[in-house]
Amino acid sequence: MDYKSEYLHPQYEALSREELQKLQLERLQATVQHCMNSPFYKARFEQCGLKPEDIQSLDDIRKIPFTTKQDLRDTYPFGMASVPLTKCVRLHSSSGTTGNPTVILHTQKDLDEWANAVARCLWMVGLRPDDVFQNSSGYGMFTGGLGFQYGAERLGALTVPAAAGNSLRQIKFIKDFGTTAIHAVPSYVTRLYEVMQQEGVDPRRDTKLKVLAIGAEPHSEEQRKRIEDMLGVKAYNSFGMSEMCGPGVGFECKEQNGLHFWEDYYIVEIVDPETLEPVPDGEIGELVLTTLNREAMPLLRYRTRDLTRVLGRTCPCGRNHIRLDRMKGRSDDMMVLRGVNIFPIQIEKILMQFEELASNYLITLTTDDDNDNMTVEVELEKFDDDYAKLQKLEKEIRRRLKDEILLTPFVKLVPKGTLPVSEGKAVRVVDKRKVYQ
Amino acid sequence: MTIHQISIFIENRSGTMIKVLNVLKQADVDIIASTVADTAEYGIYRIICSDPKKAHEQLKNAGIQCTISDVFALELDNLPGKAADAVAIFSEAGISISYLYSFLLNGKGILIFRTDDNEKAKATIKANGLKYITEPKLPTMA
Repeated sequence: MDYKSEYLHPQYEALSREELQKLQLERLQATVQHCMNSPFYKARFEQCGLKPEDIQSLDDIRKIPFTTKQDLRDTYPFGMASVPLTKCVRLHSSSGTTGNPTVILHTQKDLDEWANAVARCLWMVGLRPDDVFQNSSGYGMFTGGLGFQYGAERLGALTVPAAAGNSLRQIKFIKDFGTTAIHAVPSYVTRLYEVMQQEGVDPRRDTKLKVLAIGAEPHSEEQRKRIEDMLGVKAYNSFGMSEMCGPGVGFECKEQNGLHFWEDYYIVEIVDPETLEPVPDGEIGELVLTTLNREAMPLLRYRTRDLTRVLGRTCPCGRNHIRLDRMKGRSDDMMVLRGVNIFPIQIEKILMQFEELASNYLITLTTDDDNDNMTVEVELEKFDDDYAKLQKLEKEIRRRLKDEILLTPFVKLVPKGTLPVSEGKAVRVVDKRKVYQ
Repeated sequence: MTIHQISIFIENRSGTMIKVLNVLKQADVDIIASTVADTAEYGIYRIICSDPKKAHEQLKNAGIQCTISDVFALELDNLPGKAADAVAIFSEAGISISYLYSFLLNGKGILIFRTDDNEKAKATIKANGLKYITEPKLPTMA
């Protein structure tokens, strides 16, 4: 490791566009060949008459059908695997509250590559082996925990698996261990700052913090600036998704002008979510990713449902890996709130269990004092002039929603017939968060 | 022994009260007393009126969520301590009052309240010889 080098992997990071594309084609061909070992892809290739040798150029990727989250659910748990299970060493799974969970398998090589990718991201924003990295994100199935843990260790930083929550302890660690870098969801960073203020801790004076990795929930440029001003640090946007390992897929460089998606790991396509045709650079479309060096579970043309656009394919930092804008929303109805993925159907399922409630409801997402909140308004079916009962009902709805979506929303009972009913499909979600303004 | 009260579930939003009041106006219903219990999210608007059945029907027709509740209406002398004495009787009898409001009508204090046990409350009123108002009497008093 060369401390002074801006690149952790110069052999990949500093490639020219031509060299990158050559590498991508080689890896795509190998990946498609390898996918023949996956029962799912083998059947799908046969269905559309695709043979591995049909991939002769990068454009030929368009011959490959898209893979969707539904495909992952349908093949639950192991139907996508391209290696025998004995070769797999790790399994991550989504909560599966909207049907079958999704499962992502990893071989040891996959985990190594994942750690390399995260290490590369952190190195890019200035982390070195003498740094102290505090990972204040959830562990367990949430890939932001183990993903950053292994990545920071691979880089050689002293890594503290602080996990999320217990702000007082977090602040003690930051001070006592001389933490220089933190990874957390942006709303939690704001929370940490609030507690620091209450405790009389000045992050500039009392801590050595210099770098923050923030991600896993949508946030605006203004939010990032505010976080940087609060803590006196640089905050870099991180993109990951469990289907693609987790973190380490895309990360901002010091230019803070879009996220570099590592094109030695992925082929990035931006398509129109309706026509599925590619959109020109600069236009917003759905992000589609193809893994290029995954062993256990390669994914071809995976529709992420995240909306973004290409900002450029070169960068003053010297990396020619594609730069994408921060995520602009979703092409499905999934909400991301404080790092948790939530579908409206999960909320509906709970509300419909209460016979006291009517079937009309509205979910509103807001940013209040830097915290993202969810309010669930639901119509009352039968009103019987009992305030205590209404309060109890509200409390019970809140509790059951929390069990389902792992966050506590505000619950508001409203009179029957007062929520907007649109023609045909009802509007269920209103997103008023600053990020989408 | 109880009278009918209209209870309306309303949103905490401007324009909801006037909608209710306009319905009552058009129905030519006279409001004798009313009170709003509010929380951050919603309110319960409770009304004693000249014709609760008609009011209830018209409000329902207007799509306003409401219900008729049975409440007690005690008639007290308008003197200090009378409300305390009355409530003490229920308290001693172990009857919980879920809400209460009062107003003056023809120089008499009227105490409106709802209990968790109407049968026991009726027996208590009887046993203590408390004066109460019946529904037919209300419009004539107003």
